[in-house]
Amino acid sequence: MSRPEDLKYTRSHEWVRIDGDVAEIGITDYATEQLNDLAFVDLPEKGAAASKDTRFGEIESTKSVSDLMAPVSGEIIEVHTELADELEKISSSPYSEGWMIRVRMSDPSELESLLSAEEYAAQILTEEH
Amino acid sequence: MNVERTCLAGEHRALGATLVDFHGWEMPIRYGSIPEEHLKVRLTAGLFDLCHMGRLEITGKQASEWVGRVTTGDIDALKPGAARYTLVTNESGTIIDDAIVYKLPTSLLVVVNASNRTTVIDWMESHRGTLDAKLIDRSQEMAMIAIQGPQSTRILPEAVEKLHCDWDGMKYYSIAAARVQGKDAWIARTGYTGEDGFEVYLDAEDAPALWRNLLEIGGDSLGAIGLGARDTLRLEAGMPLYGHELDTTTDPFEAGLGFAVKLGKEVDFLGQASLKARKEKGPGRKLTGFRVESRRVARQGMKILEGGETVGIVTSGAPSPTLGYPIAMGYLESRVAERDAPRLKVDIRGNLEALAIVPLPFYSRTRREKKP
Repeated sequence: MSRPEDLKYTRSHEWVRIDGDVAEIGITDYATEQLNDLAFVDLPEKGAAASKDTRFGEIESTKSVSDLMAPVSGEIIEVHTELADELEKISSSPYSEGWMIRVRMSDPSELESLLSAEEYAAQILTEEH
Repeated sequence: MNVERTCLAGEHRALGATLVDFHGWEMPIRYGSIPEEHLKVRLTAGLFDLCHMGRLEITGKQASEWVGRVTTGDIDALKPGAARYTLVTNESGTIIDDAIVYKLPTSLLVVVNASNRTTVIDWMESHRGTLDAKLIDRSQEMAMIAIQGPQSTRILPEAVEKLHCDWDGMKYYSIAAARVQGKDAWIARTGYTGEDGFEVYLDAEDAPALWRNLLEIGGDSLGAIGLGARDTLRLEAGMPLYGHELDTTTDPFEAGLGFAVKLGKEVDFLGQASLKARKEKGPGRKLTGFRVESRRVARQGMKILEGGETVGIVTSGAPSPTLGYPIAMGYLESRVAERDAPRLKVDIRGNLEALAIVPLPFYSRTRREKKP
């Protein structure tokens, strides 16, 4: 399992990379391992609003469907639409080529409630036991 | 509730399986990737732990009569070595379980779904009356391992000392006595994948050794297969699964299983009168195959719509590893199913995706082999 130190994480297994007031968002390698074989990803339209702890898309595998939850609120300024045809990138490169959306944050203080790499690692341990 | 483990639990752990609670049994859902396991069975061969299934041995002079009384098949007509797919129905003709009945030289072996084992045992016992017959639940002491796929006919014989039958002459849906690892076992040419293959019944204590031996003989051509791929394999093969296509609200005719109902057999069976009436009337809905015209997966319980009207419901769905697009089975009202190319949609969490009707099965081995 890899959990880059410079990212923030959610309990629902999304990660966030901060660049000024823009948050890049994807799902962790733990999430892709749990989902296993990916069948479909549904991402929002560019320009739509993201709202913290609210669904912004969904991801399907043979056995399951999971909501993708926005870690922060703001405007979705970029969507990685090519992922729909390159699902393998979500598993093979979850923290870079597997990014899903970029959000211009409306309330950066929301970042305070996200988990550090260490806190996220501890949460996974409790899920596994 | 306690979760039970099969005699192969140690093998699954050693192989790093992802384990789930399946109807009270800790079972491997996958060892690696579900689509890869699926394709392994289609292309070479796969090994399955089926010890969670119910194995009921029926002995006594009137064993056939008893099984005939509680199933839709002509059990009396079975000759030793024959296997029959059959249904356990209630008085109203709906389905309590589906089962395979094997005719052994001195008894019958009835293999039922894990989720229905105790239900079927109770049902049978309550309809035994004064018949001279006995039910022995062999599910614990007798293991069940399947090997399925085109290479299974090469791999399994290498692990079997003796088969009381010709391997080549062994028909689909038959069973023969065998010697495996120095002990008696049964080998059946049956399965639930749409491929050629076998199901092996042997003492539970000998199962781990056979499991390892087969994996060694098979090498790269054989992989352990979890319940995830077992489900997508049977779905492509158009085979119903209890709890999805079958339950006590469905009858054999709407499920496309009329072939398993022998209304004219000599032994009267439970549900016979109701099934006669149901057959005459014709089913109001039909189990139908669909291709989803999207990459979203239609899943159990989703509504099928025509215009704004609900005309059916999805019972199973998955991305098809062999075909490369999502497929589904479901019940569709007969008046709609009988029309030419109705314009159907499926409601996938609020997204209305187009559904095309396709004939079942989605995948057929014999169709593939006939292709030039």
